[in-house]
Amino acid sequence: MTDQRRLTFKAEIMDKAAIRRALIRIAHEVLESGRGGTDIAFVGIRTRGVPLARRLAGFVAEIEGIQCPVGILDITLYRDDLTTIAQQPVVHKTEIPFDVTGKTIVLVDDVLYTGRTVRAALDALIDHGRPGRIRLAVLVDRGHRELPIRADFVGKNVPTSRQEVIEVRLAEVDGEERVVIRELG
Amino acid sequence: MQRDLLGLRQLEAKDMELILDTAEACKQLFNRPVRKVPTLRGKVVVNLFYEPSTRTRTSFEMAGKWLSADVVNITVAASSVVKGESLKDTARTVQALGADMVVIRHQASGVPHLLARTVDAAIINAGDGTNEHPTQGLLDIFTIRQHLGQVAGKRVLIVGDILHSRVARSNIWGLTKLGAAVMVCGPPTLIPVGLEKLGVTVVENLDEVLPLADVVNVLRIQLERQKAGMFPTLREYTRRWGITGERLALMRPDALLMHPGPANLGVEISEEATLDRRSVIREQVTNGVAVRMAVLYLLSGGERHELAD
Repeated sequence: MTDQRRLTFKAEIMDKAAIRRALIRIAHEVLESGRGGTDIAFVGIRTRGVPLARRLAGFVAEIEGIQCPVGILDITLYRDDLTTIAQQPVVHKTEIPFDVTGKTIVLVDDVLYTGRTVRAALDALIDHGRPGRIRLAVLVDRGHRELPIRADFVGKNVPTSRQEVIEVRLAEVDGEERVVIRELG
Repeated sequence: MQRDLLGLRQLEAKDMELILDTAEACKQLFNRPVRKVPTLRGKVVVNLFYEPSTRTRTSFEMAGKWLSADVVNITVAASSVVKGESLKDTARTVQALGADMVVIRHQASGVPHLLARTVDAAIINAGDGTNEHPTQGLLDIFTIRQHLGQVAGKRVLIVGDILHSRVARSNIWGLTKLGAAVMVCGPPTLIPVGLEKLGVTVVENLDEVLPLADVVNVLRIQLERQKAGMFPTLREYTRRWGITGERLALMRPDALLMHPGPANLGVEISEEATLDRRSVIREQVTNGVAVRMAVLYLLSGGERHELAD
């Protein structure tokens, strides 16, 4: 995950206002696609999916006046790349304080890339119960899928090369709000 | 993280914290409809037990299975005289079975260390002689941390046969490293000489220290020790060091009462005490699975197991 090679700044693709606009739009789209939002729950994938899930629930509350439950998913024990890395990654807690069975779960992550994280998240989620539907919302879709997975709600589509890294910086985690592209070199 | 878990003596405080944090996440899995996770799919865990043990072996077996590892149990008859050669033979067998991790219990101290030098698999000590029982130490510490928030600054009293207890030794190494104040109390013949050098306080009168302890960890008294003349009679033992109804009253209302099991009810602990609301004995069993899951998960990684990639 972390690369020792140097990353050079290439471009800023979203600023604070753009992130906010994208999330508000996604909140509207989530409501339009569902049955008024009463069965919706947001589940953020650690780390940066969590603040995004909370914000989406916040916007849904502003728009429709309903409180959707928010959960946190840690997918470490479902990863498929553990044999290819030297150190076992730290396992964090999963906090889903509601029954997922029958609900429309909106999985939230910052960047959609290979699709392997989402594959792991789907397996983890299904071990918590049987959701009625699972939708996927991401802030950035950068392409290069390795699995047959697509997002239902996308903040911004960004064509990238594999040499590039998308860095999502969020106030709750990083103390700033922006999305930048960096290049390995 | 180190490649083997041989004892808490060798384990750094930060690695101990990593195991405890991981165990918290593992314990959460118990509340889900599906408790199994796929992380150790394809890994082989061999339980190699030279001493009878139902609890520890079952606990490791469940921990391995809930992580989706394949668990194989090898129980070697306790009666057979185990010489160095045959141990090495067994090690080769285990190697040939393709074990990624070996959980070993042996009546002789140091056997896990010997095995760690012989085989490629990660070795987990499940109790070696009178030396250490690190996963028991970790689960005791985990239980304390869950109830009291932290280990540092807490006063932990260990009561019983300290001399022969690998549980006591692992607790002492682990607790002192994490900043707890450890006190021990028991028959003077069963307190090792020089224990103070480990930063432990030896106390003579149990009733005087009971009101001070945040945690009272009661050790199982092995009945053959009485035959060996280490203390006069079981009744005498209970009178001076047993946790009875009267002694419960001396304990703080918010203290924790622990026992590694299986308990000799009416000897080192009364049934009433095991059922007291301060008793966390049953929880220790559940926590044992969570801690062992954490250990198996953390030791399963590493370049050493990379055959080809």
